[in-house]
This record gives sequence, structure tokens and C-alpha cells, in this order.
Amino acid sequence: MIKLTTNVNIISAQGVTKKFGKFTAVNHISFDVKKGELFAFLGPNGAGKSTTIKMLTTLLKPSSGSLILNDFDVVKNQDSVRKSFGIVFQDPSLDNELTGYENMELHAVFYGLSRREIRPRIESLLELVELWNHRDRPVKYYSGGMKRRLEVARALLHHPHVLFLDEPTLGLDAQTRSLFWNYIKQMNHDESMTVFFTTHYIEEAEAVAERIAMIDHGKIVALGSSKELMDHTSTTSLEEAYLTITGHTVRDEQVSASEVWKERRRARNMR
Amino acid sequence: MRVIYILWLRQLKRFVRARSRMVSAVVQPLLFLLALGYGLGSVYKRAGQGNYLEFLVPGIMAQTVLFAAMFYGAMIMWDKQFGFLKETLVAPVSRLKIMIGGALGGATTAVLQALMVFFISLFIGFHVENWGLLAVALAALCILAVSIASFSSGIGSFVEDMQGFQAINTLLIFPLFFLSGALYPLTGVPAWLRIIADANPMSYAVDAMRGALIGQTHFGLAKDFTVLIITAIVLIAFGAYRFKHIEA
Repeated sequence: MIKLTTNVNIISAQGVTKKFGKFTAVNHISFDVKKGELFAFLGPNGAGKSTTIKMLTTLLKPSSGSLILNDFDVVKNQDSVRKSFGIVFQDPSLDNELTGYENMELHAVFYGLSRREIRPRIESLLELVELWNHRDRPVKYYSGGMKRRLEVARALLHHPHVLFLDEPTLGLDAQTRSLFWNYIKQMNHDESMTVFFTTHYIEEAEAVAERIAMIDHGKIVALGSSKELMDHTSTTSLEEAYLTITGHTVRDEQVSASEVWKERRRARNMR
Repeated sequence: MRVIYILWLRQLKRFVRARSRMVSAVVQPLLFLLALGYGLGSVYKRAGQGNYLEFLVPGIMAQTVLFAAMFYGAMIMWDKQFGFLKETLVAPVSRLKIMIGGALGGATTAVLQALMVFFISLFIGFHVENWGLLAVALAALCILAVSIASFSSGIGSFVEDMQGFQAINTLLIFPLFFLSGALYPLTGVPAWLRIIADANPMSYAVDAMRGALIGQTHFGLAKDFTVLIITAIVLIAFGAYRFKHIEA
């Protein structure tokens, strides 16, 4: 099959803001992602990348603005939206006591796959990520890279239109990262599946993404292909482009929305 | 139904695979049975109350369910901590089904632990008065288990960390257990203790167990089950409400 990137938007964000009390984690951002595109959110830790993914995946409600995914309003049509995407979270989200197969089976039932299609689908995906021979081992014995591959396979189980990857290679060694992106590019190519990922690794965004949105302090400060971003800033690398646009490097950490959020919840619970 | 079933099965698999959890689930109640049953048995007999072990077993079975079902809330804390909860919350499944499936699984493992205690107690001298009423005892255990597992899922939904959960756990389950008449008869206790025991739903679970297994009841089985069912409705509603607002 040949990969098709169309001009049809599968994700559309218009004026989206997320506030936690007085703290603005995401500040009036607007962007579109085309069907079949490999799209990256690039920014330092705490810039608002994970908050944006949480809003797109129904885990958080935006304070204002509109989010459309696969023609469904993310706030009003949560179940339809949830069926449309698969996600690999920043932190592992597997049940370590269950086997790889059982983790996949659980997900298949959540997404309403029929009994007849569950086993062949799981088999084909676990074969694809080279985990079929390890299917009956509890996940607690998997390496970090194997867990990541299992999470990707799980995210694809229900044939999603969009795959969200939130800092998917964090904590993985260089070789495993390279293998991981090979799988993702292959799936994007073979199934024309849209991939939306967040990263603070510039080389990853440059090597994988067709378009990159640079995010800083909750705002999208630039959007385009890596070549467009470099041309626009008259720089020769994406790192320089980021520095020119934001005045700091992508490695500079910012106040994380999740930390602000947890702190507020703790304070609220203590009242 | 498939979602509820697979989440129920998940709890069972996790329980069966955690051998240390199975062992500790039985050791603590057995310690209560042996230390108190034999330690205080002679005093109880001299007071003209009969066989203390017989009296104690139903209370210890209810205690096993209470402690084990409360443990389900800790599972929610772990699911939060290790990320599995997020996987369930982004799935196109109602939170009520997620809560029910998990709580039923937690309740089932709690009842299994109580049954393990029951079978062991048969070997150390416990006699069932009327085997025909075993189903009644099981029903009381099941209602108690579902109530407590639902309640603990509600607690696990809003508590931020494991220390906080354990603090609430200790604050709740020990008074529920010690003020329930599980270890002593409620006849002849001071008025203040009797008022507390009358208001404690755990007293009715213990009483129903005792009524069914050894034919001794303080409140009467009809009153026991009425209170247990009302408690179950309230605690399931609490668990469902809190779980609906859970944040991963």
C-alpha cells in the first residue's frame, strides 16, 4: 500500500486554552493535522505538549477553544473520539502482572473487537513488533524497549485513525529509539495512519516529522517542515531555529502543568 | 458485560499469581483465630459463653473480607501510579463499567480469602451448625465484599498517594472491625459501645455470618440483610460517583 497524505484535516485545534487556576498551561493554540501526516510537537518539558495530548485524548477538558478529531468534537463526542485514536503514553501504562497477550486482549475488549477477530489481530500486531514469541510472559519481565513496542501494538489494535505518541522514546537507548521509529514510520506508510507525537529531542522531530509545531510556554511559536523553519529563521539546524525563535534551547525545562495540577489537587484535598 | 467480565478476571489473575498475597491473606486471620481462639477460649468458657473458637470464626471471616476488599482501593492507587488507569480512562467504555468490573474482582478475591480461612478453621475444630445455611453466610460475605470494594474504589479515586490511602484505611477499618462484635458478644456491653455497634454495618455482617454458621444471632437475619443491602446500595453509589470523577 502507498502512503497517502491528503489535504483533509483529521485534527483541528482552534484557539485552545487550558488553565489550571491562574496558571495557563496551553495558551490559545491553533493548528491542523492532515490525514496520514507525521506531525510533531517540539518543546521543552513543561511547554504544554502533554497537556495538549491530554485534551486531544479526552483526559482533560479545554478551558476554551475547539478541538475536532476525525470530524468529532472532542468534548461533546468523547466515545467516538476515543474509538478514533490509539495512544502511547509518556509513562508505561501496561499491567505488569499480566502477560503481553493478556494486556492486548484487555484492550481489544475495551474497544469492542469481536471474539473472532481478537486473536488474529493480536497475532499480526505482536508479529509486527516481534513480540509474538514473548506473548505468554508477564510484562514485568519485558525490557523497556519491549514494553514500548507492546504499547504501540496495543494502541494499533482497534485500527485507529490517529496514533498519539507522548514522548514515546523517553528513557530508551539510541538503538531502541531508532528501531521504535522504524516501526512507526512503517505503520504510517503501510496504513496511511496519522501520527501525532510530542518530543523534546530535536533530532527525532527532524528525522521523523513532516511538519513540526514548536511550542514554548504553552504557545505555538512556529509551525512548518524542518526546512521551512530553518529557511524562515535563516539557520542551518532545527536547534538553531528553535533558539532563534524562542531565545532558549529545547533542553531548558519549564514549569510543568501536571505538577501545578497535582499541587492544586493536593491543596484542595487538604482543605 | 464483556468489559466487566475482563476487568473482574484481571483481578482474579493478579490475585492467583501473587503467591505472597495469597499466603499473607490467610496468615493474618489465622493468627487472630489461633491466638484469640485458644488464648481467650478458656476465659470465654468459664464465663459460661461456650466455645470461643466457634464464636470467633464467623467474625474473622467477615474481618478477612473487610481487610481484603479494602485492599482493592490500593490496586486503584497502583493503577494510577503505574499508568494502567490512563489506558482504561481513554477507552470508549463507561467509568461505571470499569468501576463495577474492578470492584467485583476485588470482592471475589476477598470472598475467596474468607473461604480459605473457613476451610482451614474446619481443620482446627470449627463446626457448622447447619450446612443448609452456608449459602446464607456466603450471601452475607458477598454483599459485604461488594460494598467494601466499591467503597475502597471510591476512596482510591480521590486519594493522591499510597500513604494517604493507608492512613484512611487504618482510620476506617480498625474501628469498623473492633466495634462490630466480631471478637465479643454484643449482649452485656456498655451502652455507648452498643450504640456504636448498632450503627456499624460491619456488626450486621458479622451477625449474619454467626446466625447462618452457628445459629447465634443478635439482630436477627432479616434485620442483618436489610442493613447490609442498604449499606451496599449507598457504598456502591459512593464508589461509582467518586470513580466517575477520577483523574489519572
